[in-house]
Formats: sequence, C-alpha cells, structure tokens
Amino acid sequence: MPTGNPPAKPGADLPDHPSFLWRNPEPASSYDVVIVGGGGHGLATAYYLAAVHGITNVAVLEKGWLAGGNMARNTTIIRSNYLWDESSGIYEHALKLWEGLEAELDYPILFDQRGVLNLAHSLQDVRDSVRRVNANRLNGIDAEWLEADAVKEICPIINVSPDVRYPVLGATYQPRAGIAKHDYVAWGYASAADRLGVDLIQNCEVTGIETSDGRVTGVNTTRGRIAAGKVALCASGHSSELAAMAGVELPVQSHPLQALVTELLEPVHPTVVMSNAVHVYVSQAHKGELVMGAGIDSYNGYGQRGSFHIIERQMSAALELFPIFARAHLLRTWAGIVDVSPDASPIIGLTPVDGLYLNCGWGTGGFKATPGVGDCFAHTIANDKPHPYNEPFTLERFTTGALVDEHGAAAVAH
Amino acid sequence: MSADFRLPSGGRIDRDTRLRFTFNGQSLAGRKGDTLASALLANGLHQVTTSIKYGRPRGIMAAGVEEPNALVQVAEPFSEPMLTATTVELCDGLVADGLVGHGRLDTEPDTARYDAKHAHCDVLVVGAGPAGLAAALTAARAGSRVVLVDDQNEAGGSLLGRDDYLDERSSDAWVCDVIAELAAAPDVLLLDRTTAFGAYQDGFVLALQRRTDDLGFDAPRHVSRHRIWRIRAKQTVIATGAHERPIVFSDNDRPGIMLAGAARTYLHRYGVQVGRRIGVFTTNDSAYHAAIELAEAGMDVPVLIDARHTVPPKLSAECATRGIDVYPGHVVTGTEGQERLTDVHIRSITGGHADTVVCDTLLVSGGWNPAVHLFSQLGGSLRYAPELGAYVPGESLSSARVAGSAAGAIELMACIEQGAEAGRAAVTAAGFRPAAEIPVPFADARADEAAATVLWRVPGSENAEEDTQFVDLQRDVTVSDVTRATGAGLESLEHVKRYTTIGTAHDQGKTSGMLAAAIVAEELGADLADRRPTTFRPPYTSVSFAALGGRDRGELYDPIRVTALHDWHVAHGAEFEDVGQWKRARHYPRQGEDMHAAVLRECRAAREGVALMDGSTLGKIDLQGPDAAELLDMLYTNMMSTLKVGRIRYGVMCGIDGMVIDDGTVIRLADDHFLLTTTTGNAAMVLDWIEEWLQTEWPHLRVFATSVTEHWVTVPLVGPKSRDVLAAVAPDLDVSNDAFGFMTWQDAVLDVADGIPARICRISFSGELAYEINVNAWDGLALWEALINAGEPYGITPYGTETMHVLRAEKGYPIVGQDTDGTVTPQDLGMSWAVSKKKADFIGKRSFSRAENLRPDRKQLVGLVPADPTVLLPEGAHIIESDHLPEPPVRMLGHVTSSYDSAALGRTFALALLRSGRDRIGEKLYAPVDDQLVPVTVTETVLYDKEGARRDG
Amino acid sequence: MQLIPCPWCGPREEVEFHYGGQAHVSYPADPAALSDEEWARFVFFRDNPRGPFAERWSHTAGCRRWFNAVRDTRSYELHAVYRLDEERPVTT
Repeated sequence: MPTGNPPAKPGADLPDHPSFLWRNPEPASSYDVVIVGGGGHGLATAYYLAAVHGITNVAVLEKGWLAGGNMARNTTIIRSNYLWDESSGIYEHALKLWEGLEAELDYPILFDQRGVLNLAHSLQDVRDSVRRVNANRLNGIDAEWLEADAVKEICPIINVSPDVRYPVLGATYQPRAGIAKHDYVAWGYASAADRLGVDLIQNCEVTGIETSDGRVTGVNTTRGRIAAGKVALCASGHSSELAAMAGVELPVQSHPLQALVTELLEPVHPTVVMSNAVHVYVSQAHKGELVMGAGIDSYNGYGQRGSFHIIERQMSAALELFPIFARAHLLRTWAGIVDVSPDASPIIGLTPVDGLYLNCGWGTGGFKATPGVGDCFAHTIANDKPHPYNEPFTLERFTTGALVDEHGAAAVAH
Repeated sequence: MSADFRLPSGGRIDRDTRLRFTFNGQSLAGRKGDTLASALLANGLHQVTTSIKYGRPRGIMAAGVEEPNALVQVAEPFSEPMLTATTVELCDGLVADGLVGHGRLDTEPDTARYDAKHAHCDVLVVGAGPAGLAAALTAARAGSRVVLVDDQNEAGGSLLGRDDYLDERSSDAWVCDVIAELAAAPDVLLLDRTTAFGAYQDGFVLALQRRTDDLGFDAPRHVSRHRIWRIRAKQTVIATGAHERPIVFSDNDRPGIMLAGAARTYLHRYGVQVGRRIGVFTTNDSAYHAAIELAEAGMDVPVLIDARHTVPPKLSAECATRGIDVYPGHVVTGTEGQERLTDVHIRSITGGHADTVVCDTLLVSGGWNPAVHLFSQLGGSLRYAPELGAYVPGESLSSARVAGSAAGAIELMACIEQGAEAGRAAVTAAGFRPAAEIPVPFADARADEAAATVLWRVPGSENAEEDTQFVDLQRDVTVSDVTRATGAGLESLEHVKRYTTIGTAHDQGKTSGMLAAAIVAEELGADLADRRPTTFRPPYTSVSFAALGGRDRGELYDPIRVTALHDWHVAHGAEFEDVGQWKRARHYPRQGEDMHAAVLRECRAAREGVALMDGSTLGKIDLQGPDAAELLDMLYTNMMSTLKVGRIRYGVMCGIDGMVIDDGTVIRLADDHFLLTTTTGNAAMVLDWIEEWLQTEWPHLRVFATSVTEHWVTVPLVGPKSRDVLAAVAPDLDVSNDAFGFMTWQDAVLDVADGIPARICRISFSGELAYEINVNAWDGLALWEALINAGEPYGITPYGTETMHVLRAEKGYPIVGQDTDGTVTPQDLGMSWAVSKKKADFIGKRSFSRAENLRPDRKQLVGLVPADPTVLLPEGAHIIESDHLPEPPVRMLGHVTSSYDSAALGRTFALALLRSGRDRIGEKLYAPVDDQLVPVTVTETVLYDKEGARRDG
Repeated sequence: MQLIPCPWCGPREEVEFHYGGQAHVSYPADPAALSDEEWARFVFFRDNPRGPFAERWSHTAGCRRWFNAVRDTRSYELHAVYRLDEERPVTT
C-alpha cells in the first residue's frame, strides 16, 4: 500500500485470512456422515471425523452461512474452570486442544491466554469460588483464589472498593484461560475440513430426517434429499426442532442471549472478567473493542434478538465494576439463540434412533468447548459409542437423575 | 495553517458568538451553531486524522452521523473517547484531537448525571425533515398524542442543507410554522438533539437525548447530560432520511473529497465554503445543485463529471452559465495530493478522452441510501431498488411505516406527500380520524431531469499492493480486499464483512455497506435483488455506557434493604455482610477485636449466658385459608396438617427434582392460619413458589399467601439465661418449661414502653434454650433496647450472622445454600426424619426414588474434625482418601461446606458433604490445603450437646 | 422489550413480568404411578417450538397473577393472553 505512515497503533489490524478457504460444492446424493449445523461444533466435528478417524465422506449442512449462528455471536471466552469433574473433564480437554489448535489447523486463531477472573461478591460466592478452585486443582486445572487486592493487580481497572453496592471480595483466576477470534476458529476448522474432503454445504436447511426401522437413513433439505449413514446434530438453538424431525424430544429450551461491542479503544482491559452475580462478562478483543455478554433473556425466543432492558441493566452492573467504562460507547448489540438444558450442562451422545447423534444444550458455554466437543463427538459418531469425556452427558441422565448441575453448584455458567 | 473559509453571510450559525476551540493542538475559532467539522472547514482544515491501517491522511467526508473518516477524541469540556467531528456541537473551550482508530478512555470518573424517561404516544415520528414534519403535523391535527424526535439541534432535516422554497417561501418559514403549530399542540412532545437508536417490538423505540453537550462548560450539573427516552408508540413513522453514497475510485480517500450533499449542508447551514476550487463527480442530478449553489456562493467550480451519457439539460445549461464544464459519460479515475486533494484525474467511460483537473475539493455523489436502520431493526424486510442502487423498505409493518427519502423518495414534494400520507395512515391505525386536508405545501424544487445511474466503482488497479480504491475508509478496506474474500470462496456478504472487517467500525458501514454488497454481487455475478443485505442492529449511532446505566448506579444499582434495627447495629460498631439485598450484622467487634475474637466471645455468651441477634431478615409468609394445611402438606416434605394450633414445626421444601430449596419453621396460629419462615435469601423465591403452585396447579385450594417479612422485627434471644431475660420483659408470661414448651409459641404483651404486643416462639437454631421474639417493626428498637437492659446483669451480648453460623453448625444444622447446592436431598442432609412416609405425595417425593437418589454413595452431610484442633479447614476444601496427593485427576469424596473455630468445643470443626459420608463416620480422610494434606476424622453432624440437654435450659 | 397485556392490569412493560415456560403442563395426578421416564418427562421436558407457543407469565411486579399467553417465539408477537382456567384460544 503506497503513501502514508506506518500504522499508528500496534495491533490495529488482524492477521489476514488465507486467500483460499473452501470449495462451495453441490451436495452429493449420499454421505457416510451428515452433520447438521455448520457452526463451530459442526465444523470441528467434521474436521476430527476426517483428521482423526479418516471418515471424509462427510457433509456439513448449514442453513445459512457457515458459523453464522452462535459461533458468530459469542463473546469468545475460553476457560475450563468448571466445578464438577464431568464438566472440567470435557472443558479441560478442549482447553488442551485450544493450546495446540493454531498449529493443528495452520490458521491464526488468535488464541490468547490472558487469564479469566470470576469475581465473588458475597461470602457464599467466596465459598463457592474456593470450592471450585480446589476442585480444579485436584483435577489438574490451573486455578487460583485471589483476594481483592490481587484481583486489582491483574486487572487494575476493576473497582475493588468495599464501598460499592456489591464489593469484589475476591476472584478465581485461571491463567490459561483467555479468548480467541471466533471467525478465525470456525474458518480454520472449515478450511481444514474442506482440505480433507469434507463438503461444506451452505444455504441448505434440513427439513426432515428420514428413518427406517429405527435407523437414520438420510435427510431432506432445501437442496434435495441427501442419504446418510449417520446424522449428527450440531444446531445449538435449533436442536429441539431438528431432533423432533426424528421423533426425539429434548429437555432444552431456546432463549435469546445478547452481547455487545464498543468502539475500538486503546488497551485498557488486560484479561477477561466474569461476574455471575451481576451478569457481566467482558474482555477487550484483539482489535480493541470491549466485548460484553449479558445474562440470557428469560423467555423462549428464536428471534436472534432480546430485550433492551437486559442491556441497560448490564451497563449499570458493568459500571459498578469498571467505572472507567462510563465513557465507552455501545456500538452494536446482537443476540444468539442458546439451547439451555435443565442442569446447564450439554447433552452429547447417542439417541434412541440408531445412527442419529446429538450435541446440544450448551447454553452459554458452547464456544469454549469447540475443539473438545468436536473431538469427542467425532469419536462418538465414528465408534457409535461415547468418548469417556462425553459419557456423563447423556440424554438418559434426566431420567436417572445423574445431572451435572453447573448452576446448582453456583459455578459461572458462561 | 488556517484560513477563513467562512462566507461573509448565510448559514444558520450565530455569527455574533465566537467560540474558541483547540484541535490537534491548534487554537481556532468557530461560531455558535457550528459542529466541530464545520468549524474546522471554516478554518480551511479538511484533514482530521490518519487512517487505522495505512496511516493515510483522512478528512471530513460527510456532515452527519454517516461520517466515516473524521473521528475525534474530545478532551474538554467533557472527555469522550470517540465521536465524529460532524456530530460534535462546537462549544467554547472545546479541546479535541483527531484519532487514529482507537479512542482512549479517560481514567477520570464520569460524574455527570444520566437518566431515563418514559413516553407514551399514539404516533412517534422519527426525523423532523420534510417527511417527518408532514407526518407529525398530520398526526397532531388529528388530535393524537405525538412524539417527534430529531437528532439535530433544529428541525428541518435535509432542508437545513438546501435552499428550497415551499409555498413560495423559504422552506425555513414552513419549518418554523410547522414547529410552532406542533409546539402549541397540547399532546405533542418535540425532542431535538435526540437520536432514535433502537426500535423493538410492540412500538418500543429508544432514543438518546443530548441535553447539555452544546452548553459546554456552562452545562448545569444538576441537569442530566444525556437522557434515554423509552418511547412506547402505537404507530411509528420512520422519516430518517438517506445517506449519500460515495463512489469508489482510486485514491478516493484524500482529504478534500467529500459527499456533495455535505458540501451543500456546510454552505447553507454553516456558511462555509468547503474549498476554493471544486470538482464534482456524480451519477445523478442532486450534485448539480451542489455545483451550482457552490458556484453561486463564489467558489470556483471548474468541472462536473457525470457518469451518465445523458445529462440533465436545464441543469447542464445552468452549469454552463456559471462556467462549470459538464463532462457527460466521464468518471474520476484517480486523485493526487497528500494532506489535501490537489488534482483529479478524469476519463471518458468509453475511453479516449482523459484529463487532469486541478482542484482542492471533489464532491462525490453516487446516489442515496435510505436510512432503513430502524425499519430493519423492527424486522421489516428490505428490497433492492435497482433504480436507486439501494435497499429500500419492503412492505410496511403493522405498526411502523417509512416515509420520505428513508423510503427511497428523491424529490422534496414526494417526501412531504409521503410523510403526510404516513402520518395519516399511522394516526388512522391508532384509532383517530385524520383531518380531510393533508398539510402539504407546494414545493417548487424541480423534479429530476435525468434518471440517475448506478455506479459503484470506477475500476482501478486490481493489484492488491497498489489498490487504493477504498470501500470502507474507516477500516481501510479496498476493492482488492473484497475480491480476495470472494476469491477465497466466500459468497455470503456476512462472510466478506468478517473477512475484510468492512462495516464493523464506528460508522457501522453507513457509507460502505451498500458498496460492499454491490461489489461482492458483481464479483459473484449475482443480482443484488437476489441477495440479502447484512442485518442492521441497534444502536443506530453509538450510546455511552453511562447514558444506558442511567440512575441505576452506586446505591441505586440495587436497593439496599436494612432492618428496623439497622441504625443500632451501625451505632454499635457492627460489621455487615450482604445477604441478598439485605445488610446483615455479621459480628460486633469490640475495641481491638478481630472477627475471630469477636465471634468466640459472642458464641461463649450464647452458650454460657445470654445473647441476642437481629433475625428480622428471615423471610415470613402469612398463609391463611381453609385449605392452608393441605397446601403445606404438598409444599413441605414433612406433615404439616397434623401440627396443632400453638405449636411449631421445622420443615424442608424441595423442588420437583427432590433437591432441597429452602427450610424454616411453620407456626400454626389457627386451624386456617399459619406463619412460615424462610431463609433470608429465599423469601421472595418461596413466596413466588407458593403462589405459582396455588394459582397454576391447585386453584381450588382456598389459601392466601402474604409476605410479612418487613412487618416484624424478629429477635432470637439465646442462652441459658434467656428465660430470665424474657421473664423480665414479659412479667405476665409464664415462661416455665412446662407452660411454654419447646416448639410452641405464645402471644404476650411485653412490659416495654406502654406495653408492646409480641409473638414469642420457643425455637432454637443453636441448641440452647432460646426464644424468638417477634414484634411489630416499629416496636423493634424498643424491644431490642429493653432486652439489652434486662440482660445487662447476665452480660447480654449482641451477636451477628457469623456467630449464628457457628452455633448452628456445632449442632449440625445445615444452612440451605451453604451446606446445600441444589444437588442435595433431605436424606443427604440426614433429615429423613423430616420426610413424611405417610403422605401420598408432596413436591419432590417422586424424584427421591430415581436411580441416582438410591445410590449408596451419594454425598451426605457429616461433621469433620481436623486432627490438629487448631487447624481451620477452608470452606470449599475437598476431601480425599489418600494420605498423599496423587497426580491429577484426584478422586474427590466431597467438600467442606462450613468450617469454624468453636469456643464450646475448644477446637475447630467443619461440616462437609461427603460421598457415602454416614458410612465413613470414624474414618480418617484428608483435605488438601495449599500443598499440605490436613488429616481429618469424619464425625456425626452434631458435635455439641448431642443429647439435646441444653434445649430446655 | 415486549409490551405484555396482563389480563387483569392491561398492557405493561416486560420488566414487570416473570416468565414461566410452557403452559398446560399439569402436575401429574399420581406421580407415584409414573415410571422414571414419565416422571422425567414431567420434570425436565417441555415443548420448545419455533412459532406460536402457549406459555405462562406472572405479573410479579403488578397483580402477581399468573396467566397464559400464546406468543410467537420467532417474532415475539403476543397473539393472545388468557386466564389459566381458559382453553388455549385459536390464533392465526
């Protein structure tokens, strides 16, 4: 580029994407595996099916544009400091994969281990936090409990004054946690899967799932019928509708989840801060915008929009924690559709229909699990048997009562 | 270098009020009524900043919110990280700098006030331009409630930047008449400097009003700086105008290149000439007016380059008479100049003729993009209008319609007529009868003579390294970036946007979005009519966090609830903890005491003498009705219907999943009257829970539930001497164990003040002889002080929640929410005795028999005593079997839920949820704490007074 | 933010309401008679349609009455509100 001075600010721009990403093939009449949903989970599953299990006659069907649902709308927080063994198992598996993902996919996914603080605002928050830290450490996950002054050292803009309405009493800290750039992650998986022969089919909405003698045989789509040996659902907010096409009912509810960004700002926020009590989670993305997520809207909704009072409430909460944000500007708001399960844990595994596999119920936690669930779900599909990491997350647990109750345990569910 | 580019006359500025300001360190002057941008231009300054990626000089391109280049950081009078110079109203003492990409957040706290206000109306009109004014006037004349919002400091919209005539008068006169009539109407709210930034369902529109920014340092502190208007409208008319579209060509980003309409605005509204020697490049008639008007105002306009072969005959002739050479069928192929445009290269579209024109300013018009943002936010569908080269609103929504140039209208007369028609339709839909006559003035603005053409770009170098055809100036995205994206296999506009970052900057693509869509379609060989635009999302323009936070800051963020005794606690040095919204006294340290010492002292007093606490935050629900007992039998795991009047029973509530959600006592006041207590934090939840079951499942039950939490002050009086103290304040009450037994209650009139009525319950959360005295909240302080006086001989001691926790833990009483976590059943807590086996059903019962609940290795509540009686286990520590720490993952048996140092036991102890806990009593286990393994022994939950000998004193 | 017409109070802002999920799911007459699967269905499984949905709301900051609504989960448009003892109305 001629003329002008060099960029005035480092990090003002993101790395370039490669000059070729993927083919746009016509759907074939038949695949060994059809993955419904071309978001992060679907693309990662396709990649691991091909890369790990050698199953390449695979199509990913996406009703819109690849990674255009929750993958394009999340706040990109990655961490594994969940309370229960079952959760920390799959999330830590994911985090380990994140740590090698840039090399594996040969894509600059901007995985940045800047650490995540989960704030505690009440004595019970403190107990729950210490409990979670201890559980994490015994599970081999990096975790620390920090008093308020140590929180301030890591994130100097947090207001730790005892005089605020809900003071920061401390925080859990996971140094290996962080953020990544969501599009880059999705496109990394997509292009790697494409290179391995997976067909990524966009603008292809599944309108029916065909079964015969209790076994899946194919899908009907807006681009015609596609025969399939196995069908794997990775459609987050739309899982209920899809599963119902095969006669499978799910204990999930679809809700709007909102997020927002500010204008580009000079570096001000060095880490990721989450406060479940006041429903704020915030980081400063690579380009410089503050990225914030809100709590979910209470009602069922497929509209990819929520109610603005949630945002207003979140602004108030954010200003309590970060007075410096007062002058920042809301530049853009949006919403995704999250499928929330009764125990705030996902449902991953086999279904009553042979050859039909389920991955849903991630609520607000899906992005961070992307590599882990991709790997485990691919394993489940390839072997018709759950991977040990997703074995606890069956649909049957709601009958037996063996829940993995992450909100009951007061862990931060985002 | 500055020079005077202010014209000697004209404009709507206050020429008598000179405002000093500083920009990029340079002291300058403007006039009241200027924007920062118009003031800079009046000083001959176009360049505001350099670009984010390539560091190229960038100048003012627009005159409104669509500005892609002129980003500024404001330091004074009010620090702002990122605004556009075109929207900053100039004030005296303004200090601002151009910013390169990133704004800087001031570390000084924002102490300005912000608030929100609700407005309700029949018809909301967004935009006070010609269409909006006509709509508002039509709606107002029908007698409806109207709100008219406009983002500028005065009404008029596009008319402010033109010299049109309406009814043979200056359009300004018409605007003034309309505003005067609206202002005089009884139910019309006019809001200027107010930007409608979000439109939601059910007629909900959010608008930001800038109330004091124009006043600068004189802004009164007591007036909210910004106000969020939450407007509910039955009908909304969107008359938000249109943004002029640039044309992409090589080096289209140099300072001095601006939108043609913006130049007209700077001329007519601000009396500023944007340059000395001005070229014009257009695809439509509107820029001819710019050329002619600027020439009329004395600027040298040598050329008008029109991409159309067929040019408007009359306008061309008028250009000719002013010495403007019109070049039909020509385009701009490139420009020269570093900090300011110096030359423009032109070429015939068909090839052949090429020339270079010396200019310091180039006005560009590629047509107009309707501002369809709010309509799109509402879910309105957009349609590609090939004649405009833009997306326009599709079918009207039932409660929102679009009028004027926001709907794609070009001509003034059409805008006004559409506005009036939209106003009439809206007011009719809102249930009013509009007046027969629609107030449409005659506009003598001339109709377009020649059809506009659509030109997205003039092809330049396709070599990415040389490409300077900027599509999104703020993101420094060029045509080759777009073609690289489509070449990579991207077909969705959303993908291209993400690949290139087009449309993601402060302007959110207001000038670049349509161009990007078109270039992508071109590259893919697709028809724009078949493609979807990217989604418009709120806010239309940026809104500060502080404005959105409004008044809900600090103490007002969430209400603080305090008891009637709060001031006493404060006066006596209590430390507080937050429990839900409540402030609860945690302990009362004396001089030199830390919490540990204070709690040991408070505990000792309760166990050895007498102590009292403020238990008023306990949730209290009054339940009345003939079927109240039947309801309670469903709500609690134990049998409540058999409770006798005058007696009290402890009860546990479960969710339908069988997990404990709350506990408390049930007092039977009469056959059909109960008082329930809940935990402090769950009071509202339990009331909601009861009402939900009553209303949705068992409406046949005749029961009323009423929260009476705040009605009562509740004081537990605890300790072996509590009976004596109670006797002293209640001389008429027989306090003997026989007359006033455990788990019974009595009403009494206390010998306090003039005699205060009290309900006294003999319940104990400490194992000691104890009474819970309940009085009307207004009698609370008198009771408390009377107890303190009566207890003085016994060393009566106030205690807080921390001591309460120790006392109850010594007795193995769990706290719901601390010793439970939503995964714990009554059986897990060792409370099978509280689970009725007789009742056919109660909430949660069926879940107890699920497979998981029958496992022998469920986690159960147990006691733990560390081998070293001085070691306090951290709450949240886990328990393992192994005496050395194995490699992770380590098998965890459970965790410590409560842990205290006990004065009564003379040692530390803890409660824990432990896998197969009750079978492990006596086992030695380990708690990893930091890098140590703390040996512990599993015990029963009850560690103090296992026989219950102390209960009756 | 939705404007919700409480059957008793009239149209009020969404912030005044509490959402209660699917309507017309009755507590089983005899839970003890249900299999674990049937009980799990009652406890955890609710419809989740994309489109009209009969659901429960409570006007918690107003009259505190529960009522039912048919609301489109795509557009959030409320087609009808009705009392708990009324049949789900036919909506288009």
